[in-house]
Amino acid sequence: MSILRSLTLLLIALASVLALPAHAQDDDPGKEMLANLAEAPASKVEEALNVIVNSGDPRARSWLEAYGNNRLSRVKDTGQVVVVLDNRGRDWEIADPLTGENLGEMSRRELDRVAINNAIRGQLEGILAMLDLNAADPEVREASARDMMGKVDATLVEPLEARLEQEENADVRNRIEAALAVYRVGEGDLEAVEVLAGSLHPGARAALNNAASGDNPQLAAAATKALTSIEQKLKMNRAAETLYFGLSMGSVLVLAAIGLAITFGVMGVINMAHGELIMLGAYTTWGMQQMLPGQPGLALLLSIPAGFLVAALAGIAIERSVIQYLKGRPLETLLATFGISLILQQLVRTVISPQNRTVVTPEWMSGSIMVNEALSLTLNRMYVIGFALVVFAGLMLIMRKTRLGLEVRAVTQNRAMARSMGIKATRVDILTFALGSGVAGLAGVALSQITNVGPNLGQNYIIDSFMVVVFGGVGSLWGTLVAGLSLGTINQLLEPWAGAVLAKIMVLVMIILFIQKRPKGLFPQKGRAAEN
Amino acid sequence: MSIKKHVKLGLSALALSVSMHSVAAEDPIKVGILHSLSGTMAISETVLKDTVEMLIEQQNEKGGVLGRELEAVVVDPASDWPLFAEKARELLAQEKVDVIFGNWTSVSRKSVLPVVEELNGLLFYPVQYEGEESSENVFYTGAAPNQQAIPAVNYLKDEIGVERWVLAGTDYVYPRTTNKILETYLMDQGVAKEDIMINYTPFGHSDWQNIVSDIKRFGSAGKKTAVVSTINGDANVPFYRELGNQGISASDIPVVAFSVGEQELSGIDTGPLVGHLAAWNYFMSVDSDANWDFIDQWIEYTGDEEAVTNDPMEAHYIGFNMYIEAVKKAGTTDVDEVKDAIIGVAVPNLTGGYATMMPNHHITKPVLIGEIQDNGQFATVWETPSTVAGDAWSDFLPGSRDMIADWRKPMFCGTFNTATGKCGASAGEMAAEAE
Repeated sequence: MSILRSLTLLLIALASVLALPAHAQDDDPGKEMLANLAEAPASKVEEALNVIVNSGDPRARSWLEAYGNNRLSRVKDTGQVVVVLDNRGRDWEIADPLTGENLGEMSRRELDRVAINNAIRGQLEGILAMLDLNAADPEVREASARDMMGKVDATLVEPLEARLEQEENADVRNRIEAALAVYRVGEGDLEAVEVLAGSLHPGARAALNNAASGDNPQLAAAATKALTSIEQKLKMNRAAETLYFGLSMGSVLVLAAIGLAITFGVMGVINMAHGELIMLGAYTTWGMQQMLPGQPGLALLLSIPAGFLVAALAGIAIERSVIQYLKGRPLETLLATFGISLILQQLVRTVISPQNRTVVTPEWMSGSIMVNEALSLTLNRMYVIGFALVVFAGLMLIMRKTRLGLEVRAVTQNRAMARSMGIKATRVDILTFALGSGVAGLAGVALSQITNVGPNLGQNYIIDSFMVVVFGGVGSLWGTLVAGLSLGTINQLLEPWAGAVLAKIMVLVMIILFIQKRPKGLFPQKGRAAEN
Repeated sequence: MSIKKHVKLGLSALALSVSMHSVAAEDPIKVGILHSLSGTMAISETVLKDTVEMLIEQQNEKGGVLGRELEAVVVDPASDWPLFAEKARELLAQEKVDVIFGNWTSVSRKSVLPVVEELNGLLFYPVQYEGEESSENVFYTGAAPNQQAIPAVNYLKDEIGVERWVLAGTDYVYPRTTNKILETYLMDQGVAKEDIMINYTPFGHSDWQNIVSDIKRFGSAGKKTAVVSTINGDANVPFYRELGNQGISASDIPVVAFSVGEQELSGIDTGPLVGHLAAWNYFMSVDSDANWDFIDQWIEYTGDEEAVTNDPMEAHYIGFNMYIEAVKKAGTTDVDEVKDAIIGVAVPNLTGGYATMMPNHHITKPVLIGEIQDNGQFATVWETPSTVAGDAWSDFLPGSRDMIADWRKPMFCGTFNTATGKCGASAGEMAAEAE
């Protein structure tokens, strides 16, 4: 192994000697710069970084990025600085930072990471953003100028001012001016306060807050004034934000509960294993991603039908093996399905693992849409809200417009009558239960993007699901939608001032009181069906 | 009680010396393993069971101890706190194990305490906990708050310049006690009350939108802000995910976690977490030969190339070796003699140093601060210059300031009050009373 490695090293060295001008390898200034960085004690790191930045070396950016990502390492024996390409497992793939040549694998025991800490990483981000300010794409420039907020220090002021002179794009100019203003407010510049007056960026607020509590009275007064106008704007944003949080939490509740609204609400089966059907959907997503490595987005999309199918089949199995024999005995159904839920949990623990599984969020679902500096809507939540509405609309369609829906409603309203009309009640039971279970599987696919995929996933949602269905009115899909969304919103409204624990309790108490007043929930069933 | 114990001791010593040669060679030393293999805590505890089994296997390959083999007795308390007490009783009374390695949550430990004290067993507890306890029969090989929380806060304060603090935790005893200690400590250090925000969430909390946006707001007041997280287990994944989604990076508001280890990270896509911190006494990435060897053995034992090690596993490694050394030193597995012998025993830890059992049944540990990396590992950014001895009773809580624990004679007490000069109730009695 080691002979082979030295041989490859030799070959690479030879190749690069041939390829580059003769002095490139040993006299490469990059070699010394990197060695300096690797050996520098904490106090000298900044100096070493500056040397690299100021060298104007075209490779500087890739070195800095590798350093920031903890990918710069030194080979213990030779002291050579290398870039770690893959740092998983016992042997790591490394490359030469000077030539970019792949050096093969090396045991992690023989590599010594070049240390970086948060303070330096902060500076590094500033430096990288500074480098990005020269990019051709104005959007990249704007984003990096935005990143500069609060990261500008004395050394960056001059190059940033020089950059401002050349910049033609108005948005980028504003960003740079704001970033400079944050620094200048800190230095006691009164005019800079004006620049920041309308900004919602947390960095601007931080700078103004500091100025307001500083010892320069003139500056403090101006900053306080600017802050009050900002606070006003923030209030509006905060209200919008809370509403969004509420809707997104509500949509999760709706998704988790809507399958139950069918099995419990329509069929009257208390299915305590509902949570585990959700879990199966989430595990299907994980399984799909395992089968399609490198394509988390595609795997997620394929999991939608797959999750539905897996959960629906599991639902049919549960219905055929247990529930059909316990018709009309709710207490026994409850206990039996609770047992099934424990069995399914332990099955996942033994067969797959007691550990949580990693489900990757695809690129297009992570991050957030920025409405303005203070209000950004997280994308994964937005997709879940959309998904919940689509699932709801789909279910509505099935129940209202298809033959299955008609039969389900007929069997629910009067089983004996429906049967005498030639409807196969048993078949309807199976299909309804499969539909409810399948929708639970869909919920699992969505939840895999929000919470942990592990054996306990279902437990966390089962109580909430029953709560939503009961609150909304048993048997009403509309009730489930309204109940889910309103419970989510109420919860999020209460949370900021009551805390998460108390908010949950208060919501529960509220539901209990509400049920006392209206035992049939928000949307009670009307007509003859409601009598029994 | 104590006379009876002495008589018993004398008798068993006599019996031992008589039958030493004939019986000892065949009788295995029974090692009880009390970790949940099912239920919510299985996620963390199953690996600890495997760890102890691996250590037993290795010790047997070396010929056991005192010429006797070791034998694992595994029970499953199923994440059910009262069941822990029942299973502990089963281990001690029926199986007659010589030592128990077990427990994760503090509740389960409190439930077991009265049993191990009553039946005079030995329990090695491997998880970081809130302190305020020292039992004659329990050895705490995880970190006490002064071996994790306080040094982490010092690091943030001195090295990163944090002035505003969010103490976020799951709503149960460990976070509450730790946060109380930290709050007092920070206020002693001159941090104003309005610069501390405390937040509790239920177990398994998954909707972090509001809290994260609160933290963001709290952090935009102009002072460097950090989150000290005692959020437990599962709830961490959605928390970190929300941080990433709302665009809070480690350089804006760093989060230092006390309950997030390699095991937890293996269930997360760590991309957005890079740079956030954790404080432990061991990281899998620590560069020492002992550690790399241990990892190789672990990978071989589990047959999983991706298997990770974590801090509680190291604690069991230390505890196990301490027990072996103590048995060798005492020349017997008799509980009372091992208890005496183990104080002062020093064994290598996995970070390249030594761990010593202190008279208060806590051990010395280095404190490491690590940054999360994109491969689910931590990179050490800071460590204490030397090891820190675990403090059973915190100096930052009003009731516990005057208390000390010392299990050497003549004091032999876990709750000695230096102000009144009296020894209080034992840990097991207190736990039983609290129920």
